[in-house]
Amino acid sequence: MARALINVPAAAKRGEIIEIKALAQHNMETGYRRTQLGGLIPRDIIRQFVCTYNGVEVFRAEFHPAIAANPFIAFWTVAIESGTLAFTWTGDNGYSVNESKSISVG
Amino acid sequence: MRNSVLALCAAAIAIPAFAAEIPLAERRSGYDFMSRETRTMQDDDTANPGMLWVLDGEALWKRKAGVADRACQDCHGDAGTSMKGVAARYPAFDAAHGRPVNLEQRVNACRVDRQKAPPLAHESRDLLALTAYVGRQSRGLPVAVPIDERTKPFLDAGRGTFFRRQGQLNLSCAQCHDDNWGKRLAGSVIPQGHPTGYPLYRLEWQGVGSLQRRLRNCIVGMRAQPYDFGAGEFVDLELYLMWRARGMKVETPGVRP
Amino acid sequence: MNKPNSRRNFLVAAGGLAAGIALPATVAAQMPGAPAATQEAIRRMVGTARINKGKVTLDLPALVDNGNAVSLAVRVDSPMTESEYVKAIHLFTEKNPQPDVASFHLGPRAGRASIATRIRLADSQAVIAICEMSDGSFWSGSANTVVTLAACLEEI
Repeated sequence: MARALINVPAAAKRGEIIEIKALAQHNMETGYRRTQLGGLIPRDIIRQFVCTYNGVEVFRAEFHPAIAANPFIAFWTVAIESGTLAFTWTGDNGYSVNESKSISVG
Repeated sequence: MRNSVLALCAAAIAIPAFAAEIPLAERRSGYDFMSRETRTMQDDDTANPGMLWVLDGEALWKRKAGVADRACQDCHGDAGTSMKGVAARYPAFDAAHGRPVNLEQRVNACRVDRQKAPPLAHESRDLLALTAYVGRQSRGLPVAVPIDERTKPFLDAGRGTFFRRQGQLNLSCAQCHDDNWGKRLAGSVIPQGHPTGYPLYRLEWQGVGSLQRRLRNCIVGMRAQPYDFGAGEFVDLELYLMWRARGMKVETPGVRP
Repeated sequence: MNKPNSRRNFLVAAGGLAAGIALPATVAAQMPGAPAATQEAIRRMVGTARINKGKVTLDLPALVDNGNAVSLAVRVDSPMTESEYVKAIHLFTEKNPQPDVASFHLGPRAGRASIATRIRLADSQAVIAICEMSDGSFWSGSANTVVTLAACLEEI
């Protein structure tokens, strides 16, 4: 199943600043909502998002429950060389998703 | 909040019911009433969360299921070709049922009859994903439900439901969506009620839902008893709404507040 | 849900509370009007450092269709070079159940100090972005938004 949707340009010029957009599939349950019977629905969120570029971290985010369901994040990085952009989302209850995209830099 | 909704609803009741259909040229998608930010969310496939369901639907389209061990793709091939324009024509008349069926029912008929698999539950992730994927193939195409002597009685029944006052607030769909569109109900703009983006990602739901789920929200808001998912009355109303939106562009997967 | 004038009263009360728990003057003085919980969260993030106004632009719609997903963008005025760059951007709210929203860690390889995301807002309020620069300085920007509530809510 689609766990994430990532947009990275397939090719870029060396030194070009590229935008990366990532959408993860997650309810981001806040821990503040209640069921109809009044029971608190426990918190279940993605806590961290990391992007590495050929193994080097270039962007990281920490999320709290105020990040909307199906978290969307857009950020920039300099295209320095061809290789792989890897994305990791980790969170409550052992949530962990890894995705990667390759980029060709000329 | 609730009190203010009731007060506004009471005000709406006091307005005489003109019950006039919106002239074709004045029809506007709910998209036009949204903020720039929400429109951008729908327009950008990499930001539209409904695309997560479309991607799921694409995977399901190719996955074998049921005793027949067949995938949708095994019969229909590439959805980009075979499903183009299909959602724009639903609900469509189904000879086996002797009445129009909506896209969800069509998918489930295929599952039961062709794949020999159990039907998918209403509002289940898989059914929403498949209908979102099929619907996506019609994006940008005009809504065109064929009306003929077989579908006409159901269209008329749906129209009857649209104009009938119901519930404790004694409201009809038409009083809000024909007579008072563009005004506000609490903080929200009342749209014209064209179902051009379903199944769609509703910020209120924080997920994707079907047209019938949205109609249930409206009916509960009128303090009326909603029909069951898949009920004939619901499909007739869907048919009327799609006919009412004829020629407007399919937006699936839409995004709405 | 949202009583008129409650914001003013709330801020007055919050101001009193903030004074009561003796927050460092650097935060309280520079974030006047922010509720105590928000000031506390900011203090946890920046310590006792001075927070300067400026350099940070926070884009938030003035009127929000639905508080469940509010588009937000932050831009920071920085050359983003090896010697001068944005280290982190932190987001806080005034009236959510908890003030922390998210932290974003950038570096010179970002090329551009700009991020976008979608957040939840429980009510009309101000959102505050605080940026941490490579030289250790902190800069802030904020934006106010009005959150409207859906008319026909779902009853399952």
